[in-house]
Amino acid sequence: MSNITINIDGKEIQTQEGEFVLNAARANDIFIPAICYLSRCSPTLACRICLVEVDGKQAYACNAKSKDGMSITTSTENIEKERRAIMEVYDVNHPLQCGVCDQSGECELQNYTLEMGVDSQSYTVKDVDRSSHDWGHLHYDPGLCIVCERCVTACKDMIGDNSLTTIARGSDPLEAVYKEEMPKDAYAMWNKLNKSVIGLTNGTDVLDCTSCGECASVCPVGALVDTEFMYKSNAWELKQVPATCGHCSAGCQISYETKHTSVDNPEDKIYRVMNEWNYVSLCGAGRYGYDYQNADVAKDETAFNNAVEAFKKADTIKFTSTITNEEALILEKLKEKFGYKLVNNEAKSFQTFLANYATLSGTRLYSSDLKEVANSNFIVSIGAALKTDNPNARYALNNSLTVNKGAGLYFHPVNDPIINGLSKNLMSIAHKPLQEEAALYLLLDLFADKEALPSDIVDYLASFHSTKTITVEETVKEKVIEIVKEMKLNEETGLEEEVEVEKSKMVPKKVSKEVEVDDNRLLSLLGAEDSFTETLEKFLKKKETFSLMVGADLYNHPNAKNCARLVALIEKYSAFKIVMIPTLTNTLGVSLINTLSDDEASSYSIGYNIKGDFTLSALGDGDLDMPAINQQEGTLTSINKRVNPTNVAIGYGGYVLNDIANALGLNAELTVDYTKELPTSKGFKAESFDDLPNHYTNAGVEMRGYELKNMGRKSSTDESVSKIDEELALNENLIYFANPVRQFSEFTNKTTDLDEVSGIYMSEEFLSNSELNAGDSVRVKSDNGEVTATIVSDNKIAGDIVLIPSFDSKLNLEALFSGYRFATASIEKV
Amino acid sequence: MEAFNDRNVSNGYYKLDIEDYPTTAWGKFKRVVRRTFRGELFVGLWVVMREMIKFDVHTVQYPLEKMPIGPRYRAVHEMKRLWESEAERCIGCGLCEKICISNCIQMDTKIDENSRKEVSEYTINLGRCIFCGYCAEVCPELAITHGGEYENGSEQREHYIDYAGMLTPLEMMTQGKQQEFEGFGAITPHEDAGVKKTPLSY
Repeated sequence: MSNITINIDGKEIQTQEGEFVLNAARANDIFIPAICYLSRCSPTLACRICLVEVDGKQAYACNAKSKDGMSITTSTENIEKERRAIMEVYDVNHPLQCGVCDQSGECELQNYTLEMGVDSQSYTVKDVDRSSHDWGHLHYDPGLCIVCERCVTACKDMIGDNSLTTIARGSDPLEAVYKEEMPKDAYAMWNKLNKSVIGLTNGTDVLDCTSCGECASVCPVGALVDTEFMYKSNAWELKQVPATCGHCSAGCQISYETKHTSVDNPEDKIYRVMNEWNYVSLCGAGRYGYDYQNADVAKDETAFNNAVEAFKKADTIKFTSTITNEEALILEKLKEKFGYKLVNNEAKSFQTFLANYATLSGTRLYSSDLKEVANSNFIVSIGAALKTDNPNARYALNNSLTVNKGAGLYFHPVNDPIINGLSKNLMSIAHKPLQEEAALYLLLDLFADKEALPSDIVDYLASFHSTKTITVEETVKEKVIEIVKEMKLNEETGLEEEVEVEKSKMVPKKVSKEVEVDDNRLLSLLGAEDSFTETLEKFLKKKETFSLMVGADLYNHPNAKNCARLVALIEKYSAFKIVMIPTLTNTLGVSLINTLSDDEASSYSIGYNIKGDFTLSALGDGDLDMPAINQQEGTLTSINKRVNPTNVAIGYGGYVLNDIANALGLNAELTVDYTKELPTSKGFKAESFDDLPNHYTNAGVEMRGYELKNMGRKSSTDESVSKIDEELALNENLIYFANPVRQFSEFTNKTTDLDEVSGIYMSEEFLSNSELNAGDSVRVKSDNGEVTATIVSDNKIAGDIVLIPSFDSKLNLEALFSGYRFATASIEKV
Repeated sequence: MEAFNDRNVSNGYYKLDIEDYPTTAWGKFKRVVRRTFRGELFVGLWVVMREMIKFDVHTVQYPLEKMPIGPRYRAVHEMKRLWESEAERCIGCGLCEKICISNCIQMDTKIDENSRKEVSEYTINLGRCIFCGYCAEVCPELAITHGGEYENGSEQREHYIDYAGMLTPLEMMTQGKQQEFEGFGAITPHEDAGVKKTPLSY
């Protein structure tokens, strides 16, 4: 990649070599019409409307790569003719029902039809039955569909579910005269369009995917619509509130779209969540989990006074990381003033992990972010249930695999059909729990610069290697000469007689050979397949950029400290760049801002969104109500090390944490007054909330809040790491603390559209092999506790590890674990 | 150019011959007396008296009598039905809500059991409405129109009418008494001539 100059319509612009012309034009505010192209995805070439002239030859701007000195004309007479014909074709048989269409007003078909000035129709084809389909959470109307395939592209290149595809339309062929009469590209595009509509890959009429709704969001027309939103409101009536999703650490850009609830009720209501789909992709929770506000709260003075009293009495504040940076800072200030112990186990383990990593790496924060992951081409994930811990991390992985010709390794004990389905260039290694260190050592072994690596580690790694002799069967082609008897006509006698003829031919022959090969015991320790080395070799061809994502399994690992040090060593001695997936929404922010203590017995505790002796709760079930994230302004720190602002979507009438803090002697009019006081020593900037932007530029540059400064720190020269404890591995009856798709916390559980059933999640395979059935009530007993819950069948996991979710805190399933996310447990029917 | 260059605006103006205002108290008193006892008052009173006696009334005896309202008059809105099926014309497109400059139209829509868009609530706040006719003009279905009903006095500033109140009653449809609105938004003569026909393969 090098900087080059190209010329579009006489304007000299700077871009990168190999960048698509369309992207280069967009980044420089030059308009080239395009329908089917999605930034970050591979060009589809369905609409052909982005036709331009490159150095005198027609090309498609979405897949023409920039070369130095290129000269591009965006409009010529012929191109205009093509574009007009393309729009006429899109309008053929398109129902004139804009009045009831949900997309009306933000419809690209409307826009481009007007842009190209289509006021009459010259083409016609007989329509076929294109009645609408109810695909579950999405509604598909093929009648409105222009088969730009943006949904298919997004699903394949961004999300990785591969749930959509084009299927046959079954229509009459186009009249032959059009081939001569019509502009060439318009005809070719129509010919393809006329043969297809969108269908599901699973062969049924109901979607079975991770339900992110990204396909409906990218749909330029009203063909794919969220069933819940259908016919609820016109786009132009909705007010857009720029915000940051509060469900996981990805911190996606979203905008809540609000309007009064109904004619009778002037209260604001969130109708839907939209995103800048060219630059950010949401998951199902972000898109459909928006109504978690703490509604109908008035100022309850008694409860407030009780809260102030409770704060005076308490010595401990327990909280979760679903709070803003500003609230975290208020808690920290209260701690400084009154000496509270701040308890947040999940953030504490992340904080400790980061600190241990920092002692070796010399930087306080990990080095990379998800954008870099998506742009790299070899990705390893260790210790994260990627699909559910942080869906955007999965999208980044998938984006690299599909668009960037990437490959990857996924180390995780839970078998995940969704992850396995991303690409054949991704290898899943289902190791045993507590063997994550072996995976980290394997990375060191495979990728680290052995010359630079401390010698004791090199020796330790070498101890895993041995040569073994294996018998390889090889197929060798051998020349065999055989004598064949043939009947031949004797010309002299005129009779047929047997003649012996010598014939040689090549015969494949299997030969057993004894070969000496290198045997890496780490691989067998991890349970990798025999073909691992061979496959990896294939994967690593032409790979230059490497990313490693690590997750919460490592933070809560009994040897977390050692894991953190290994991660730092991988970064130091190999080409890998690191991303750590923070456990909850603002775990990173909390771990930077707060001084956390261990969970110890306390005389009186305040709980914020967690049960305490006095509970503050945004869920509406505590002693004093607090606003939920969609009712607050403030900032959230994301996995991408960004401090993202979020705004108030829904009004809130009660007291907030700042009111309590003010009553206790702090002084700030608004919670966001604390934004500029966030600790600069930890990488925050002293910027006030109102100055923080929240948008993307046309070039796709993220202008959201600001990026944390990765502060350096003195690194220690002690690079010792401890060895793998092979005995530690957990073997059978495993349970894993993770949420199902679309659920993250009690907040997602509260929303109406996310209707996942609470209980323990078992794979279909596991259920069919056991005597248990979905819906059974079972007692789960581990060393730490015992709970009773209902079995839910989940086809998004495989294997026999049982998923224990945390989104329904009433079940208190967390009691089964002692920190580490895996445990052994017995499950019996009650 | 001369006319433009001459910026003396007083040209072409002339001063009315108005006597100066009295400045002294005595002068003011004289003016009051002069105005009060002029005979003009009695001229007016005599006209009223004469017409009363003649019983030849020229004014409309409202409310016993009402003026006929023209077909283009813009009074309280009506919601029309389709002649063929008697179904409601309104499709819930929301254009009237959008175009309304006094922001008095609000509607709720939802999906009905036949998967069609249905208007579940529709109100017009007549207290805000300025009867400009934009809603009737923008309506693509000739559904919302103005009607002749102008008696919408109310005790409150806010005065709502709802969908059911505006909709043509079914018995009126069976009697064929629904009146098409001829004002804003109505189909103009020779409209067909301006239509570009879309070719069809049938």
